[in-house]
Amino acid sequence: MSIDTTAQASATPDAQQPWSELGLKADEYDRIKVILGRRPTSAELAMYSVMWSEHCSYKSSKVHLRQFGDKAPKTDALLVGMGENAGVVDVGDGYAVTFKVESHNHPSYVEPYQGAATGIGGIVRDILTMGARPVAVMDPLRFGPADAPDTQRVLPGIVAGIGGYGNCLGLPNIGGEVVFDQSYLGNPLVNALCVGVMKHEDILLATASGTGNLVVLFGAKTGGDGIGGVSVLASETFDADGPAKRPSVQVGDPFTEKVLIECCLEIFAEDIIVGIQDLGGAGISCATSELASNGDGGMHVILDSVPLRDATLSPEEILMSESQERMCAILEPANLDRFMEICAKWDVDAVVIGTVNSSGRLTIEWQGEQIVDVPPRTVAHEGPVYNRPFAKPASQDALVANSAASLARPTSADEFVETVLTLVGSPNLADKSWITSQYDRYVLGNTASATPEDAGMVRIDDSTSRGVAISTDCNARFTMLNPYLGAQLALSEAYRNVAATGARPLAVTNCLNFGSPEDPSVMWQFSEAVTGLADACLTLGVPVTGGNVSFYNQTGETAILPTPVVGVLGVIDDVHTHLSHGLPADGLTLIVLGETKAEFDGSEWAHAVHAHLGGQPPQPDLEAERQLAEVLITAATDGMVSAAHDLSDGGLAQAVVEMCLRGNRGATLNLSGDAFTGLWSESVARAVVAVTSEQSAGLLALAQQHGVPAAVMGTSGGTSFVVNSPDVTFSIALDTLREVHTATLPALFDH
Amino acid sequence: MSPRVGVVTFPGSLDDRDAQRAIRLAGAEPVALWHGTTDLSKVDAVVLPGGFSYGDYLRAGAIARFAPIMASIIDAANDGMPVFGICNGFQVLCESHLLPGALTRNDHLHFICRDQKLRIENTTSAFTYGFNTNQEIVIPLKNGEGSYIADERTLDELEATGRIIARYIDGNPNGSRRDIAGITNEAGNVVGLMPHPEHAVEAGFGPSLDGLTFFTSVLSRLVNA
Repeated sequence: MSIDTTAQASATPDAQQPWSELGLKADEYDRIKVILGRRPTSAELAMYSVMWSEHCSYKSSKVHLRQFGDKAPKTDALLVGMGENAGVVDVGDGYAVTFKVESHNHPSYVEPYQGAATGIGGIVRDILTMGARPVAVMDPLRFGPADAPDTQRVLPGIVAGIGGYGNCLGLPNIGGEVVFDQSYLGNPLVNALCVGVMKHEDILLATASGTGNLVVLFGAKTGGDGIGGVSVLASETFDADGPAKRPSVQVGDPFTEKVLIECCLEIFAEDIIVGIQDLGGAGISCATSELASNGDGGMHVILDSVPLRDATLSPEEILMSESQERMCAILEPANLDRFMEICAKWDVDAVVIGTVNSSGRLTIEWQGEQIVDVPPRTVAHEGPVYNRPFAKPASQDALVANSAASLARPTSADEFVETVLTLVGSPNLADKSWITSQYDRYVLGNTASATPEDAGMVRIDDSTSRGVAISTDCNARFTMLNPYLGAQLALSEAYRNVAATGARPLAVTNCLNFGSPEDPSVMWQFSEAVTGLADACLTLGVPVTGGNVSFYNQTGETAILPTPVVGVLGVIDDVHTHLSHGLPADGLTLIVLGETKAEFDGSEWAHAVHAHLGGQPPQPDLEAERQLAEVLITAATDGMVSAAHDLSDGGLAQAVVEMCLRGNRGATLNLSGDAFTGLWSESVARAVVAVTSEQSAGLLALAQQHGVPAAVMGTSGGTSFVVNSPDVTFSIALDTLREVHTATLPALFDH
Repeated sequence: MSPRVGVVTFPGSLDDRDAQRAIRLAGAEPVALWHGTTDLSKVDAVVLPGGFSYGDYLRAGAIARFAPIMASIIDAANDGMPVFGICNGFQVLCESHLLPGALTRNDHLHFICRDQKLRIENTTSAFTYGFNTNQEIVIPLKNGEGSYIADERTLDELEATGRIIARYIDGNPNGSRRDIAGITNEAGNVVGLMPHPEHAVEAGFGPSLDGLTFFTSVLSRLVNA
């Protein structure tokens, strides 16, 4: 087989190339020729095609994402902002925390176990690459209807994959979401979040500087898996006579990753590297071009040095393979022996594949011939940027006009009981322990709070008990009704969840899951959601530190509900003061903080009882969220409440039932107004707290001081959930509620 | 001088730092031991921690059993040194034949993580010395291959000789024969336990402080020896 060298590319300017099959547009291919002053070699074409893919280049989203920077709130907390592998925030005492959420939607649909597993693997390496020890993971998941046959196929595999990989890595899984909706049938969402901790001085960046420094590839050997993971690459394009098509889903080995993590942390501790980059999407193409682009601008790589699992791989395939559990480090030659010693201790393969130089070019040779000679910035950072057309969908006005106001509501006591039970047992609100008990939440011994609490929380320092809390949220029905407000509501809920544990919200990550950017309706949803989120982050003073965009989440013409998953990270001085939602004693007073309005459009009630979606979502009130958070944080720090739970999906009824079941004791609610509104409104900026008689006055005064409405609504105790109101009075035994709440998922998936 | 308790790190060990923390909280000095050496660093007792040593490839614990450090540990255990295997460590002890039987895939085929109630039935082993007979405790359980299995004669013998140190109560989480959660050898110095006491040693982390007694038990033995 002849090698397509740079010399040959110059000599044969008119050779036909498969740029279209590789997903490049005609003008993109022309631009590559202008950049290089000749046609690209097949290896260069491979690199540009993957690096200029939507996944790697953010070419459709870039112009919108700039708002996260332009509107970033002033904060001293941000140590590393967007654009690196993950953002880094200062959490005090010299500690820095890095966190990020990413999607692995399509691979998980094709091959649920490996897709979900390698989603964890990829995000963990992103966090590790910043110099941090990964300390926890979370998984926001979305599926089609719980009883759909395809959900039966994908859900067990995805859950097993997350557990199989994450448990073996030794990272506690402390939260996430599980949501079912028709729109995700045929396109489930598998997002993965990881958080890591380091000292300020240990932050590492993906940069290749210092002429003469060495480029070392270490970790797993390179195989044929994952080729085309980020592009539409077809394997026969390069070698029609070669082996059969490679699987485009990567295959993970958590044991290799665990060893790689420990090996990296030992290397980081000795301060012997200049820069580091993980190999994820686009493999060696991405790592070498990004490292070179961020550094002094020149690098020479000898591709034959790359250890292979499959000796028949072509250079193009090696450049694009997405084999898992690989890292690339830049180090001074003097440190090579020590670096290799540490790798040998952990039985990690490591090999020098190149050197840093000052040429300003990324050059790659294969069998002694030059096959790549490019300016690295043009590959890594100067890809195409599109202003995609966007327009409000024609159906939007009709959707918004179709409010939930006319839906039948319960009136009799029996109907109220039935509504409570329907919601408590509905797949979205039912107990999720069939899923979460397959994840290790205890490993590392620092988990202060995990699912089903409002936010996951881990201690980051044994001596001070300082900790971080994280919640991810998104009600995509709200985003469908109004993407601008829906994104703000996602942030509001995550912010509130973090505050409800007593932690102070600090920073934001997001995973923006949308349909095809080539559909102007989807681009409208995207642009509205990004603007809404950026505006709300500015108001709440929490910067976006990074994240991920996942487009093309649709099967056929129908896109998923727009799903901008928002993760909020908060810090707490002492995790021992954190709040949880189980009712710890009888005789506590239940106080609802915040204002309850008649807001039912897009609610869980409309969805679960009437399968209805229409109207306008609840009105966000960011200032009220901020004040509510102040009350909750102060109450936690000063021990002014005995339990707290945010109010969101399923309203007050769902929240109090969850508090009862978690605390294994009943409660009585005494509602003064309309019982239906009191129980199932999903108005924002609300929480319910439980206080002792000693705590009550202080909490009410604190709420008043912050202008947060506070209403005494009931007491804890007994063995039933009881509601008294002017309209209706009813009671449901806790045993019945527990049975209905816990039976749903096992009945669907336990076979 | 406080007793020194070693914690072995195999490639893929996960709960090694947690075990060290539990040993520290119990009042002993934790000592990190590396799988690749035969040096026990003059420790007085050893903990084999939870995790997925060598990725649990082949069979859980089957490769770790051949690590160089295990030769030293087997010799020391036969000479009476207290050795405590937790979860993957229990699997390693069975593979090493320091304990009878084997741990197999959970009967429901899922990994399971939950707070588990146990009854302590043996209060003479090196690691259960501090419990009261039939004391009920709650500690985390997390495993994919935790179902204890042995032939009927071995199970009868374990029962007859009081070598079942703990049984699952309020629900068997993995299909273990006779609800066995942990066993000891004839001498009582080698103990294997599937649930995780090292995750129940600190207020605010884990369901209880019940796990600490496993670690204080061995200390009182060592100090009074």
